[in-house]
This record gives sequence, C-alpha cells and structure tokens, in this order.
Amino acid sequence: MKQTISVLVENQAGVLNRITGLFSRRAFNIESLAVGVTDDPTVSRITIIVDSGNSVVEQVEKQLNKLIEVIKVRTLEETAMIGRELILLKVNANHKTRQDIMTICEIMGAKVDDISPSSMTLELSDTPDRIETFEALMRPFCILEEVRTGVIALQKGGGKI
Amino acid sequence: MNGAQALVESLLREQVEHIFGYAGATICPTVDALKEHPEIGYTLVRTEQNAGHMASGYARISGKVGVCMVTSGPGATNLITGIATAYMDSIPMVAITGQVPSHLLGRDIFQEVDITGAVAPFSKHSYLIKDANQIPRVVKEAFHIASTGRPGPVLIDIPIDIQTQELKEFSYPEEVNIRGYKPSVRGNELQIKRVIDAIARAKQPLICAGGGVWLANAKQELLELAEQSAIPVVKTMMGLSIMPTDHPLNMGMIGAHGNHCANQALAKADLLIMVGTRAADRAMVDPREIQRRMATIHIDVDPAEIGKNMQAAIPLVGDVKVILQQILEKQAPVTDSAAWLEQLRDYRKAELNRTFPHQDGYVFPGTMLRTLGKKLQDDAVVSVDVGQNQIFTCKYLPQKNGRFLTSGGLGTMGYALPAAIGAKIAAPKKQNIVICGDGSFQMAMNELSAIRAANLDIKIVLLRNQVLGLVHQIQNVPPYHGPFGVALDGSPDFAALAAAYQIPSLYVNDETKLDEVLGDFLSRQGSCLLICEVNPNVSTND
Ligand SMILES: Cc1ncc(C[n+]2csc(CCOP(=O)(O)OP(=O)(O)O)c2C)c(N)n1
Ligand SMILES: [Mg+2]
Repeated sequence: MKQTISVLVENQAGVLNRITGLFSRRAFNIESLAVGVTDDPTVSRITIIVDSGNSVVEQVEKQLNKLIEVIKVRTLEETAMIGRELILLKVNANHKTRQDIMTICEIMGAKVDDISPSSMTLELSDTPDRIETFEALMRPFCILEEVRTGVIALQKGGGKI
Repeated sequence: MNGAQALVESLLREQVEHIFGYAGATICPTVDALKEHPEIGYTLVRTEQNAGHMASGYARISGKVGVCMVTSGPGATNLITGIATAYMDSIPMVAITGQVPSHLLGRDIFQEVDITGAVAPFSKHSYLIKDANQIPRVVKEAFHIASTGRPGPVLIDIPIDIQTQELKEFSYPEEVNIRGYKPSVRGNELQIKRVIDAIARAKQPLICAGGGVWLANAKQELLELAEQSAIPVVKTMMGLSIMPTDHPLNMGMIGAHGNHCANQALAKADLLIMVGTRAADRAMVDPREIQRRMATIHIDVDPAEIGKNMQAAIPLVGDVKVILQQILEKQAPVTDSAAWLEQLRDYRKAELNRTFPHQDGYVFPGTMLRTLGKKLQDDAVVSVDVGQNQIFTCKYLPQKNGRFLTSGGLGTMGYALPAAIGAKIAAPKKQNIVICGDGSFQMAMNELSAIRAANLDIKIVLLRNQVLGLVHQIQNVPPYHGPFGVALDGSPDFAALAAAYQIPSLYVNDETKLDEVLGDFLSRQGSCLLICEVNPNVSTND
C-alpha cells in the first residue's frame, strides 16, 4: 500500500544524504521524494511516498525520528490529506494534432508552457492518479520527454504536523 | 583563541580526562593545543582502530564518554571499525578527525576522505565544522548526543584551517537544545500499570537483561525487581555480568551460543520482560515465535527497537533505570514462581556442575575458565575477544560483581586487548583480564606498546589453538568440506613477543597445573601473558 510520510527537517547540508542513506541501508523502498524549504527558512519539508505495509512504515517513521536533524515525522492518512504532483511533459505536436492536444489539456486543466512547430510542452499539477491519466492520454501523440516532481502533501483542515 | 584551543577548552568543559589518539598533519594544531594541557591524559595507539576500542573500554568502565582523535584520510578510515564496533554496542563515544583545509574539500587532495559520509550508517551523528565559532556548540551537542538516549558514537570532522581560525569569542553553552532530539526518560504510567498486572498474573515470569541495563547504570534496580518479585533472570551477551553466576535467580545467557538452562527458560516462560535488549538474532533466534507464545514486555530507551525484531505486547520507552524505578515504586507483586524456579534451578545446577572433557597435553577452555573465574577479584574487569574464546568465556567463566566487556554487536576480533587498556585507564585499581584467541590477539598485539608505555597491569590469557577456531569449527560441519585458510601458520613465539615488550609470560598445557599457574599468573606485579595450549579440534559444544 502506498503511504505518504511528511518529514520536517533542519534545512542543512547533508540532511537529505542521511535520509536517503537510511532508506537504502534499512532496505526501505522510496517511490518518490520531494524536498523544499518551508516558511521557516531553517526548516525543510520532505514528502516521501513508500509502498510498504504498516509495520514497515512504522519502522521507517521510527528510524527517521532517530536522525538528529529530523524534527517531526507523520504518516498522512490518504483520506485526510491533499497530495499533488507537478508534471512537465513535452509531446510531438503539429498542425494536425495540436487541437486534439489542446482539448485534452482543457479537460484536464493542464497549461501549455511552450510551443514549437513540432512540439508542445505541457504542465499539470494534480493528484498522482490524474497525472497518470494525463500521461496515458498524451502517449498516443508521442511523448518526447517528461519530468515529475514527486508528490508533495499537506493534511486537510487547520492542523499541522 | 583559535579553533584548536577552543576544541581543547571545550573538551575540558566536558570533563574529558583522557584521549586515545594518533596524530597526523591535519590534526596537528589540536595536538599542539593539547600539549598545553597535561591534565588530559593521552595514549598513542599503534593503529587507529584501537583508539576506538580503547575509548570504548574506557567509556564502559568510567561511565563517561570515550574520546578518540585521529588525523584525516587513512587515520580516519582506520578508525572506522572502532566506530562501527561502538555503534553496534551503543557505546558513548566522541571521535574527532582532522580534515583537509575547508576550501579544498571535495578536490580529492592528499589525505582527504569523506569520513562523515563513510560513517553515516553506523554513527549516531556527525559534524563537519566549517566555522571555528561553532566549535563550542558542536562539542556540547556531540557529548550530549553521544551520552543520552541510546548512547552511540558521534564524529566531529574538523578541517585544519578551522583549527587555526581565530574565534570571535569563546563561550561554552550551558545547555543543549536540539529540536529534533529529545529522548524520552520516564515510562508511560498506564503501561507501567499494565506491567504490574502482567507480573501479578505470571506463573513463569522471566527477565531478559541486555547491555542497555549497563548503559543506563540500572544493575541495582534490575536486581531489586528480580528479587522483590522472585523472577529468574537470563542475559544476553551484552548483559552477561549483570548478575553473579551464583545468584539464585541467575539462569545464564540465552542464545545460539548460550546456556541450555537460559534457553529452556526462554522457551517455557509465560511472561518475558526484556530490559535494555533488542532481541538480536544471535540472542533470540525466532523472536516472533516467542512473541506468539508468551506475554512480552519490552523496556528500551530506543523507540525504534520496539517492534523492530519483536512486537512486544507491552512496550515501554524511556530510560531503563527510571522505568525500573517506576515499577519498583508501584510495588511489583511477588510472583507465584516457586515451581518454575525449582525446575530452572535443576537445569542450572546440572550445567554449572557439568564435567569437561580432558585431553593430555591440552587445556580445555571450560576447565581453565572455571578455575580462573574462582580466583578473580570480586570487581574484576574481563575483556574477551571473538571466536571460540568468547563463547567459552560467556558459557563458563563464573561472573562475580565485575564487568565483562566484549564486542557483542559487530563481533570485532582484536577488541579485547585495546578495550582492556581503555578500561584499565578508567579504573587503574581494578583487576584487569584479557581473554583472547591466537587469531584475535594477532589483530591487536601491537598495543602491548600501550601497556608498556604506561606500565599497565593487565593479565592476558591467550587460548592458543593455532587456528581461527570458530571458523574451523564451522568448516568441519556440512555444507562445508573441511578446514581451509584457518591455520595460523607463521604465528610468532608469543612468549618471545611479550618479552620483546618486557612482559613476562607463563605457559600451561596440563590441567593439573592450572590452579598453581593461574595463582602465579594473577599474583604477579604488572602485566603477564599466559599461553594456554588448546586443542584445535575442540568445539564450543563439547
Ligand atoms: C575482524 C574480524 N575478522 C573476521 C572475523 C570472523 N571470525 C569470527 S571468529 C574467528 C576466529 C577467531 O580466531 P581466534 O581469535 O584464534 O579465536 P578462537 O576461535 O580460535 O578461539 C573469525 C576469523 C571476525 N569476527 N572479526
Ligand atoms: Mg585460535
């Protein structure tokens, strides 16, 4: 089962290294990992998606907590969080296909960031499921390249971790 | 004040009294500052790994943080085994490494190595200092982290230019505040109550004590709980000397290489109280099976140990000493364990009174250790290496009220001699014994120099079987096809070797002379080496 772990860490050199090192050493698999600084410049938030059972996730949480630079760890409940991922996707496009691509973008709420005689670069921020749907819809047009940020997530409501 | 002086001043503030080290170019400014402080003792090791082991032995006996200090590059990499050994046994240690100038970091210059990166998987924490003004804070934090919660080694890597950088001012922090590091101390009251209830219900309760009891300095509390509630005690290797062998509640050491009685107790208990132990694979072969069969209580300072190897029904996270005191305050009930104790004592008696095999021209380790143990002082410190020598010692050396030091977690050969040196420096008046194999001894015998240099009184028992005995034993059983690469050919004349360090030696290959030889050995002034001739075909199951 995919689970989302949100981690607040000291915003210092080497912290990410320790976290990824811990995952490889303890044989925990990371599906995706996204890092960025928070409103407090001394704190970064890391969102990690792991595909494991509950007991493994509990160990992941505990081992993360042992790292001195880790301030807080919380596994977010699927139903009680907002998870988003950003994709940039470059696809083959010419005067024949451009309109079809535009229609899909409109329906999915994607943006066109760049256009050339033979390509379009699209942007979509959404749940991982919908990102995958979008990707599937674009595949017939021939995807030239793409990049995904990995999921970032916050819990719903007024609380914080 | 420059960085080096600030570092030494900070060590003084942490009441550091001794450093085990090896100098080199990138640590020279700090060594130079140390020269001004003869109140800090210094032992020059002969290879850096042993600086780690000495600091470990020192820490375990003094109860303080052990400190070692080496140069960058090869000095730092040589220390790695010492750090990993300390990590696996949760030893409070601060390791200081010199580093190349900070503006050259990352260029692979002479003697540069990413030591903080290298030790990340087996250190509790590490620092690479990039500004001398941070030295006081970093040292304060390093000692705090090393010695609190679950102890462990912390590394401070300090580039040479930071050692020579002038500080704006030196002010040593009064306290530490690390927002991501707040180890729990007190146990949850509700859980304590559940523990009391579980003890009240038990008919066949058992305490399993691990190294965490020593680390928390909770021996007294543990004995009190056992005695007050009439609960027998088994120990892991790291907890071995928690209780004297002849204590009526002591049922021996558990594990693949442990005592039969202890393993029987573990198999048949209806309540297991694990204290400061992680249910490691060598101690509990199948923890899930145990957890299925009996009620389990797990007391440990490290929350990550709860549920890692075993999911105890009642977990209790906090300082082992504090939690045991909480339980004692609640007046843990006396269990109805008479029949259970009776049964275990029969097993125990049979084991303690077993006779050992005898072969002319050799000394059987069990026979030797039983005789030795009887003659040791009550609070002797015994350090043992790895191999058959370790297993025999765990099984058969009678414990009194002293300490037993070994590398339990990593099983590092060559640990015993340097650890004993560290222990002797921490407790000069205590009788200090090393028990080692001929393979292990040859991994650390260069440290006889440290014994000589400081005129230490350490008695070394060498179980000479001319092989890497434990591996030899493994190779003799399928799926392997017999011994290979384990004969210690070319080993030196150990008596002559000791003599080269002006250390006298004794020899015994006759069990009828053991009593006399051991008496002579232990009564000598100063260090002495005792070479015991052991049959290479002896097995730890004999
Ligand atoms: C540094 C290190 N290398 C290898 C081993 C594997 N090993 C475990 S026991 C052993 C043999 C030890 O031989 P010796 O010290 O002579 O003790 P004996 O078993 O003969 O009593 C070896 C090689 C180890 N534990 N540590
Ligand atoms: Mg040997």
